[in-house]
Amino acid sequence: MNVVKPNSYRSGPDERGHFGIFGGRFVAETLMPLILDLEKAYTAAKADPAFQAEMNGYLKNYVGRPSPLYFAERLTEHLGGAKIYLKREELNHTGSHKVNNVLGQIMLARRMGKKRIIAETGAGQHGVATATLCARFGLDCVVYMGAVDVERQQPNVIRMEMLGAKVVPVQSGTRTLKDAMNEALRDWVTNVHDTFYCIGTVAGPHPYPTLVRDFQSIIGNETKVQMQEIEGRLPDSLVACIGGGSNAMGLFHPFLDDSTVEIFGVEAAGHGLTQLHAASIAGGRPGVLHGNRTYLLMDADGQIQDAHSISAGLDYPGIGPEHSWLHEIGRVNYLSATDDEALAAFQLLSKLEGIIPALEPAHAIAKVMELAPKRPKDHLMVVNLSGRGDKDVPQVGDILRGKSK
Amino acid sequence: MTTRIDTRFAELKKQGRAAFVTYVMAGDPDPATSLEIVKALSKSGADVIELGIPFTDPMADGPSIQAAGLRALKVGMTLKKTLDLVRGFRKDDNVTPLVLMGYYNPIYIYGVDKFLADAKTAGVDGLIIVDLPPEEDDELCIPALKAGLNFIRLATPTTDDKRLPAVLANTSGFVYYVSIAGITGAAAADANAVGEAVARIKRHTKLPICVGFGIRTPEAARAIAEKADGSVVGTALVDALKNSLDAEGRATGQTVKAVAELTAALAQGVKGAQQAAE
Repeated sequence: MNVVKPNSYRSGPDERGHFGIFGGRFVAETLMPLILDLEKAYTAAKADPAFQAEMNGYLKNYVGRPSPLYFAERLTEHLGGAKIYLKREELNHTGSHKVNNVLGQIMLARRMGKKRIIAETGAGQHGVATATLCARFGLDCVVYMGAVDVERQQPNVIRMEMLGAKVVPVQSGTRTLKDAMNEALRDWVTNVHDTFYCIGTVAGPHPYPTLVRDFQSIIGNETKVQMQEIEGRLPDSLVACIGGGSNAMGLFHPFLDDSTVEIFGVEAAGHGLTQLHAASIAGGRPGVLHGNRTYLLMDADGQIQDAHSISAGLDYPGIGPEHSWLHEIGRVNYLSATDDEALAAFQLLSKLEGIIPALEPAHAIAKVMELAPKRPKDHLMVVNLSGRGDKDVPQVGDILRGKSK
Repeated sequence: MTTRIDTRFAELKKQGRAAFVTYVMAGDPDPATSLEIVKALSKSGADVIELGIPFTDPMADGPSIQAAGLRALKVGMTLKKTLDLVRGFRKDDNVTPLVLMGYYNPIYIYGVDKFLADAKTAGVDGLIIVDLPPEEDDELCIPALKAGLNFIRLATPTTDDKRLPAVLANTSGFVYYVSIAGITGAAAADANAVGEAVARIKRHTKLPICVGFGIRTPEAARAIAEKADGSVVGTALVDALKNSLDAEGRATGQTVKAVAELTAALAQGVKGAQQAAE
């Protein structure tokens, strides 16, 4: 592809929220004044040392950061190539990386005087993180979740309810993450006066992709410091799974200008790329949905197609706009892993390292199983272990028992 | 550039009455019935017709219009077929203004320049694209104005005086005031609050101001028509259509009639309005 390389991969977006042609603010007029307010509030918060100091306090003592960078010795031995490190985001309070972003947004919501928080969720990890922080700060919380996901992620539904959130099963459309986001936007447009929309990924209208990225960048920033302490240098490659892409962006962004670092994003290939899947970059093209221009799965008429992934958190027909841009300029390599590959990786990591991953990062592990053996033993590979698998145990148990029969 | 919309509002102004603007979804419940419905709208007293472009993810619409879009998509409706429908309508009616309303993605995928050329040829007069605020004017608004189509913008209760000039800058044809913060078919509009909002917008523009969202009955349409230059009714018509369908969601002998009758009743309501002196 003949694309002019920018001086820095980290300077985006422009003032209108564009990463190349991607991003933007494609929202109804009712929401436009709100997202302009949010942008203003975020800019002010970023410049306020007190905001950062308060965040750092909660990140350390409530979330439990920094998360460890752990050398996966047995996985490394088993694969026989690159030295594999796991960034242990699954050890955060609430069990995934989602809490990093939610903490930031809830603190912004408090600064803006908003008392009611809404969120969309797929696997329920973002919903749980949102419900948790709403409980902590005494805010009303409504979580929209596709009815299909409510069924397959019951443990998280129960957790959210225990935390005092109202979980609304969404019956429209395909009844998954995309429809949960539609319904959250409908709520927001109706309750603009008191409601803050806490988006869970690096997508949506500007400034969401940027602020979620910034709140998640703690993952990559810590990794950089930790790898320096352990190995005295930068890693050689990074691998992370991608639905909307927030855990991946959080790990990748601080390394984008380190040209020696190879970066791999792993989309969900579902039943395979020629069948039902959720790999927007591999199988989609640029379109406009949920406030931004990005790669989307759609038909010839521009109708959004059903995504499929075994993992509810990756089951979305789009991807964050900055990922679309990083794909087009060639800085990040986007791969994909099928349901079966993710299941195999889920079991391998559980048995070799005693860590049950969520099905989402199991997709990243699946590609590590391909990439690591082809690399030398002094190659340092970091995988973002973005969530733990407790929520998936019932679902995977059913699948494995069904298969072994 | 003078479109059928401009001509129609000039006529109505002479007659001293507000416009009755109707909305239905293109292709609901099937393309042939949909064409008959659109024809019936203009014959039953609609002054302006808004035709929804079906989309899988209509973020600003309530359950009725979501379902209408899905019914249309299920029978294979597309943007191209929506333009065919407009062409079919224009065979018998070259005066009633017709506005396409929907979301940007189908147009973006069709190709903006090709879409604008095809829409103009088919007989479309204006566009209302919900997810294109003024911040994204370069995408479609400016090209549409150049192509001779009106770009009708939504103003909402959250659009304050500071923001109104930006919202109105490239708006033409009329201004669509969304009477409530919310989705289509939700809460009822309060005529007094609408009156204040219309007066506020009028300080910024000479364009006609039509009001929609939450208007379901002839009485409500009339109350709004006394405060604004037009009343828009969508969900109530879509519901009347839906209630006439058979168990499989197909048109029956009652379908066109049901929409036509409600349209006529609503039109009577609007025509009975006493226009506020300007």
